[in-house]
Amino acid sequence: MSNLQLSSLYQLTATRFRLLSREPEAIFWIFIFPILLAVGLGIAFRNRPADVLPVGATTPQMVRALAADNGLKAALLDEASGAHELATGSILLLAVRQPGGVAYQFDDTNPDARIARMVADRDLQAAAGQRDAVHAENRLVHETGSRYIDFVIPGLLAMNLMGSAMWGLGFSIVEARQKKLLKRLVASPMPRWQYLASFLLSRLAMLVVEVVVFLGFARVAFGVPFRGSLIQLALLCVLTSLVFSALGLLVASRAKTMEAVSGLMNLVMLPMWILSGVFFSAARFPAVIQPFVRALPLTAAIDAMRANMLQGTGMAHLLAPVAILLAWFVLPFAVSLRIFRWR
Amino acid sequence: MTDGTNGAGPTLLLRGLRKAYADVQAVDGVDLEVARGECFGLLGPNGAGKTTTIEICEGLTAPDEGTVELLGLNWRTGAHELSQRIGVQLQETQFPEKLTVEETLSLFRSFYRRGISVEESVRTAQLEEKRRSRVGGLSGGQKQRLAMACALVGDPELLFLDEPTTGLDPQARRHLWDLVDELKQAGRTIILTTHYMEEAERLCDRVAIMDHGRVIALGTPQQLIATVGGEDIVEFAVNSSEPGSHHPVRGVVDTARLTEIPGVQSHRVDAALHQLSVTELHTSVPRIFAALRAQGLHLSEFRTHSATLEDVFVRLTGRNLRDE
Repeated sequence: MSNLQLSSLYQLTATRFRLLSREPEAIFWIFIFPILLAVGLGIAFRNRPADVLPVGATTPQMVRALAADNGLKAALLDEASGAHELATGSILLLAVRQPGGVAYQFDDTNPDARIARMVADRDLQAAAGQRDAVHAENRLVHETGSRYIDFVIPGLLAMNLMGSAMWGLGFSIVEARQKKLLKRLVASPMPRWQYLASFLLSRLAMLVVEVVVFLGFARVAFGVPFRGSLIQLALLCVLTSLVFSALGLLVASRAKTMEAVSGLMNLVMLPMWILSGVFFSAARFPAVIQPFVRALPLTAAIDAMRANMLQGTGMAHLLAPVAILLAWFVLPFAVSLRIFRWR
Repeated sequence: MTDGTNGAGPTLLLRGLRKAYADVQAVDGVDLEVARGECFGLLGPNGAGKTTTIEICEGLTAPDEGTVELLGLNWRTGAHELSQRIGVQLQETQFPEKLTVEETLSLFRSFYRRGISVEESVRTAQLEEKRRSRVGGLSGGQKQRLAMACALVGDPELLFLDEPTTGLDPQARRHLWDLVDELKQAGRTIILTTHYMEEAERLCDRVAIMDHGRVIALGTPQQLIATVGGEDIVEFAVNSSEPGSHHPVRGVVDTARLTEIPGVQSHRVDAALHQLSVTELHTSVPRIFAALRAQGLHLSEFRTHSATLEDVFVRLTGRNLRDE
């Protein structure tokens, strides 16, 4: 056997890899599920081009003036059939010629109808000879980074890092305790710290695959921007994973049954799924609970990753969330080392 | 195996060992000495304190009182060295089902500074055909042999086996006994617990019988059996009516008439089954028959067997080993 084969840290870490790679469900939840979620959200919230608004008018002159605007689609209708089209929603607005001017029939509670009213009126006034008092031109900007998918990808990334670290450590450790394997390992000369370190090492190696696959997909499929330093983003991912590994360790440090550890894990993760701003900004929660929301590790991780990816913020301006993450790593890790039940 | 600097004294020395859990005194003052190269058995019913005693020896449980010395070392100051030199098989360890036999052994081998190769441990445990199989697919006997192999990869001087054959079918049990025999012949010191008396008789050079946290008898299986007072045990049940009668009546036996028969050492009754320990089976049995006939009693059951450790336990405690 080679020296590597004889190294217990190598063997323990290799064991973690073997066990994970032989668990098809784990592969699905860690690698496939986040991508499916991103695809689903990307399709549901994709940005559409500005709609063409359907309108009707009672005279051919008005129809010509309105049809010239490529924001509108105009049809020639008499008042009776126009009213019917309006009622069924086929058109948003009917322009009726009347002595001395025009009357617009539309539903002012429908935003699209209000836009149609403004656009149609501008077209008809211009056709009648009105000139702009101020010269105006349009410069169109379609900014990546402001879309929903850009917002949600860092959230999904952090949420996925939380889930895979907590489930990965929590369940494996409690299973080993329940099956008396921990006790058997402790009866051997295995250095105890290496057992815990093997979880962190395998987690970090897995992290590379997990993050690269997920972000690579987000980049290729949605063109999600990476405005900040990639190295700093990688550091944030490592730190996030360590934080949730430490929390997973803490949750698993005393539990004797799978039921107990599942309950604890949900207790820890549920508030963060809801409050930490994975799918919408955490700033929307009431001001009273903001200090609590801000102190959660998932909030800090998501804030830092969003700032890095979307605003290109450097680490120097992310000291607050990084400090919160460091605290959430050091404290749970220290506590779980003290209270860990080895048998 | 290396001859350590501390090979002269006993391999295992326990003095005044006590351990209580909540309301149970699991170990209540145990003194033991195990010599180098000996196969020593802790025999007793479930709950007798065997596992607690062996786990204190293995360094897994700290005793409330008493001293433990193994290979001239103790767990307080020599834990690191000790764990390298002993091999441990625990009750009910479940190895990860999705690892192969070979991977499991490589993992355990990596914990020891020195030891035998994975190939050798696979051979010793006779798992050659299963070396690439996953643990989840092994039979109960194969899993126990894997546990044994994990205890052997560090080439230990002292081997602890906690109920190595519990739950195995008779064939797998005999297979494991052969394995222990080989280890004995290789000169290893082995300490095992069991609640099977035939296992202790077959494997152990010396046996300590435990009950309620105490050692109630200590010696070679032959010495202990000799304490029963006779080499053979006669068991019988009687009724006072003719055999085949529709209304059998339990007979009342005048025990004094039995114990005065030369060669009958002792008498006891357990659930209407009379037990006599007997030295001269060929002369005492006809006299027992005659004595019963004289009392107008008819035998409904009669059998004899050589005295075993079970009979030793029964004599000492009045209970059967497997009552609990």
